[in-house]
Amino acid sequence: MANVRLEDVSKAFKSAVAVDNLTLTIDEGEFFSLLGPSGCGKTTTLRMIGGFEEPSSGRIWLGDEDVSGLPAHKRDVNTVFQSYALFPHLSVAENVAYGLKRQGVAKDEIGPRVEAMLELVDLEGYGQRRTTQLSGGQQQRVALARALVNRPQVLLLDEPLGALDLKLRKQMQLELKRIQSEVGITFIYVTHDQEEAMTMSDRIAVMSAGRLEQVGAPQDVYELPATSFVASFLGASNLLEGEIEGTSGEVTKVRLGVGGTVTLPAGRLTDSEGPVAVGVRPEKLHIQTTNSSEVDRGDNAIEATVVNSTYTGVSTSYECATSDGTRLVVYVQNLERSASPPGAGAKVRLTWDPDHTFAVSKARPEKT
Amino acid sequence: MALGTQDRSAPAPPEPPPDRAGGGRKGSKSRKGLAPYLLTLPGVAWLVAFFAAPLGFMFLFTFYDGTIDIGYSFTSDWPQTYFEAFTTYDTQIIRSVIYALIVTVATLLISFPMMYWIAMKGGRRKNLFVLLMLLPFFTPFLIRTLAWQLVLSDQGIFLGTLKDIGLLSADFKLLASPLAVISGMTYNFLPFMALPLYVALEKLDSSLLDAAADLYSSKREAFLKVTLPLTLPGVFAGSLLTFIPSVGDFIDAEILGNPNTTMIGSIIRRQLLVNQDYPTGAALSFLLIAGILVAVFLYARALGTEELTG
Repeated sequence: MANVRLEDVSKAFKSAVAVDNLTLTIDEGEFFSLLGPSGCGKTTTLRMIGGFEEPSSGRIWLGDEDVSGLPAHKRDVNTVFQSYALFPHLSVAENVAYGLKRQGVAKDEIGPRVEAMLELVDLEGYGQRRTTQLSGGQQQRVALARALVNRPQVLLLDEPLGALDLKLRKQMQLELKRIQSEVGITFIYVTHDQEEAMTMSDRIAVMSAGRLEQVGAPQDVYELPATSFVASFLGASNLLEGEIEGTSGEVTKVRLGVGGTVTLPAGRLTDSEGPVAVGVRPEKLHIQTTNSSEVDRGDNAIEATVVNSTYTGVSTSYECATSDGTRLVVYVQNLERSASPPGAGAKVRLTWDPDHTFAVSKARPEKT
Repeated sequence: MALGTQDRSAPAPPEPPPDRAGGGRKGSKSRKGLAPYLLTLPGVAWLVAFFAAPLGFMFLFTFYDGTIDIGYSFTSDWPQTYFEAFTTYDTQIIRSVIYALIVTVATLLISFPMMYWIAMKGGRRKNLFVLLMLLPFFTPFLIRTLAWQLVLSDQGIFLGTLKDIGLLSADFKLLASPLAVISGMTYNFLPFMALPLYVALEKLDSSLLDAAADLYSSKREAFLKVTLPLTLPGVFAGSLLTFIPSVGDFIDAEILGNPNTTMIGSIIRRQLLVNQDYPTGAALSFLLIAGILVAVFLYARALGTEELTG
């Protein structure tokens, strides 16, 4: 069931268009992430759902209700702000109770609900503290409790872990996921950290320059990015320019600009001819020294030269260049101690399974 | 599993290496301990020489009797000096307190909306707006008050025009009335209220207002529950900065008022500089100081801002 629906939503500020014709459907109980670089419009989108900004055009639906013109305080959504925005003049418990009091919840009900919520975020016994006495991680959890205690239809989270250090952030990612499955509320999560989005989300919407690039499960957007922006934002993108040669049965052949052909499953291309860019993720590539072994039958292969290699312990990353200068990154897991890994200048052959080949639409120029 | 047990048990601060914690550092340590006090020395010296000492002399004067012609001598009957000073000028003392209270409330009511608007809606021109508000106060107090005399005069640009077009009767008077004195004081003391308010409003994090709206507060509720409590320290500071000099002000009362609007400041000035009755002037001064201290204490207790201002 659709919980939040955005229909052709745009937001223009004086100088720029922040969100450009966005249409999105977010299902009930979903952990949904808006992912993109800063300035891509993800926070503006969140603020429009929260009621802090009014869309310049388009409609926003919350369940069956059109909330487009409704002010924030009348919407059944709550927000965890990036800066937490805890009230400094109130205690932890008073902060959490704030929304319940405004809603006119009975006094004898407020106390137990606040207690239960502080317990959920593991802050029992902290009720009487001032928020200024808490660490960043604790403040973050107060902000979460203050929003969740109201049992909103949707919880909006605006880069809530941005101010925490890496270790705490990893821990909070798992905790947020646990809390979400415990309370069963729809979470809409804004982040610029692709790893964070992939760790936590049921689905991810990748945004760039105010527009939606791709929506899908983490595996889908990572393994099969639809645009070159998504391909490069969610990890190293190895993109090769080419021309569609033709489709026979389940397999489409693409002639690469650098020479040679590669194949990929037929369904991955929208066009049947013309220029196209195909790609493959770095960890899907295998590296062979040219004179050693034969290419497995059916595998895609391309000749390249190693530019440099970086040993990182668990894996080694190679930067390779094709004859026309296209850079390709290869991650090789160090499963065994290799006696002589290919060094800079070595001629190598890169191979990969055609099923790991993705094609990105060339319709829109890449924006960063 | 506990959420964030990590950040709760913050690691203990590292122990200082034993060799450095040993003796031999005592000398530098105590010098370090003294440094803050040495830094305050010029300020303390200044206060003692030019504030505490004169105040002490003034206080001693209240134990003396006499005039400049017959000379001053110590009197054991000094409580009488205080008593007489108070009973003779109680009207002026009470009037001064009432005027100052009215002025404090009036400046608060005028400057709060104005400063709220500048802080919240001023955008990039905030500083310009504050400068515009302060611009009139670049002129001296006396000149400003004399200008008010012109503005409020019976046939002046303001009242004269209203009388000419028949909106006011010809014998309407504003000058030489309590209203004129209070208006002049309100105008003159406005920045003392406005600037602390501005500071408090300006540092108010707008995301707190977003949070209030997010948590079901209408604009009005957000103002009452978030904006107002968080700007109370500014209200407190502004009130003190307005009330205290207002009580002792005499220029407005002398220029814009009449004999029935005389404030205690005028009396003290006259006792000290015209009549040279130092004991009475000094006693009145200390009555005023004591009164202000009591009022400030009660005000701080009532507003409960000790923690906020501290």
